Amino acid sequence: MRIKRVAAVAAVAALALGLTACGGDDGGEGTGAGSKSFAAGSTMEKLNKAQKIKVGTKFDQPGFGLKGLSGKPEGFDVEVAKIIVKELGIPEDKIEWVEAPSKVREDVIVNGTVDLVAATYTINDKRKERIAFAGPYYEAGQNIMVKKDDTTITGPDSFKDGTKKVCSVTGSTPFEEIKKYVKDVATQLVPFDTYDKCRDALKSGQVDAVTTDNVILLGYIAKDEASFKLAGSNFTKEPYGIGVKKEDADFRSFINDTLDKAVADGSWKKAWDDTAGKFGAELGAAPTINRY
Amino acid sequence: MNVLIDKFDVFAGGFWLTLQICLLAAIGALILGAVVAVLRISPVPPLRALGTGYVNVFRNMPLTVVMFFAAFGLPALGSNADFLRIPVIDSLFTRLGTDLPYFRFALIALVLYTAAFVCEALRSGVNAVSAGQAEAARSLGLTFGQNLRYVVLPQSWKASIVPLGSVIIAMIKNSALVGFFGVVGDLSQTADQLTSAEGYAFVPVAIGISIGYLIMTVPLGALLDRIEKRQAVAR
Repeated sequence: MRIKRVAAVAAVAALALGLTACGGDDGGEGTGAGSKSFAAGSTMEKLNKAQKIKVGTKFDQPGFGLKGLSGKPEGFDVEVAKIIVKELGIPEDKIEWVEAPSKVREDVIVNGTVDLVAATYTINDKRKERIAFAGPYYEAGQNIMVKKDDTTITGPDSFKDGTKKVCSVTGSTPFEEIKKYVKDVATQLVPFDTYDKCRDALKSGQVDAVTTDNVILLGYIAKDEASFKLAGSNFTKEPYGIGVKKEDADFRSFINDTLDKAVADGSWKKAWDDTAGKFGAELGAAPTINRY
Repeated sequence: MNVLIDKFDVFAGGFWLTLQICLLAAIGALILGAVVAVLRISPVPPLRALGTGYVNVFRNMPLTVVMFFAAFGLPALGSNADFLRIPVIDSLFTRLGTDLPYFRFALIALVLYTAAFVCEALRSGVNAVSAGQAEAARSLGLTFGQNLRYVVLPQSWKASIVPLGSVIIAMIKNSALVGFFGVVGDLSQTADQLTSAEGYAFVPVAIGISIGYLIMTVPLGALLDRIEKRQAVAR
């Protein structure tokens, strides 16, 4: 019972955050629940009836989910979520954006704090034990950013000799991945809570490289081409998916259908071009939806 | 709750590193705090002003900001805190001797911040010694140093011990910040790693690291209570 109560408190806290995050929302006219119809008892029907939805996303990820001065998060994840919400027949201004940092993504889905999560969410088996993924809607890959004039680091294997230091965000998939390449975790890995700090550490020479998904690095390089470059090419595949409740197979397949449709009608590509595509990252072909 | 058993080695490693940080920071803070306390009670006005200034700055700044200054300010000034790579000690505490400066930066921040509180705890002990003692010693012709060494400090440490303990306990809890300033593998960073990357539920992991901190702080608190009972200053 204790755990349940803690979860409830956490949910209330997250809700409060979400509400404050959406201050200044002057609700628009709904398009009406009648414009779409769904199977009775399904999540889609419930959401459509309620005419509101809670979406978890990042607030600090340039190009994917970044909450700027406008007070609303913007980016590719956000646009993809909007496509799904539109398909549910819910107007865009009825979305309640909830910040979902990496630490709590599974928890907010399991607790029902949010209805879906779109937050640079890499699909992996460990996470599938607790939640389910629709998608992938994008395939990123881990890469390495170094100083412009650095020729000594050419890929992850450059860390094997135990001298080069690399920075990433604590608790992220790239951080786990690079652990496999370094000789000594204690002396070669630098964890920070945001990539901005990693970038600063690279700029001041405390670390030799920053590693994470290519799109995030491209965002930094786009802002500061004189200082940074990518070293080599992607060495992992990071398929980004939409997180939903594990047992909700209907909702998952509905999102998968929506993603397929979005790829076909070009709204998927447009979402990319308006957001992360501005950094010069290649979108490539749409990843194959994994229906399990 | 399986995470506590499955990942016991990870928790143990985190505990070990946090313990190392706390031990080093406690030693540093006690030394520096004592120096600042001596400055603050010295008869020389400029030195007094220096000590007071130090306490006012570090006691009134959030630790997070001090950490920021250490982790990002020092590199900007071109320092990697290499002076902390003390020959014998860095072989005992290997993190001190690496080319990776973040452990040292975190240590500097913790020491600077905690020393201000140590100083105040020591000074409160000195103030508990009645002024007549120091005056009597001075009238016997003892110098300031002798006065401190033979008369004031032997009496004052008893009154300082409990506030000092509280300061050290607060410091142990404050060490949870270092995981967010580039130190890999302490308790708080370990928790982050287990919940974010490996997808364990937050609550069991939080309970696990809480136990880690409690193992360090609770016995210390109990020890202080005992010392206080034995060494209580007679009033």
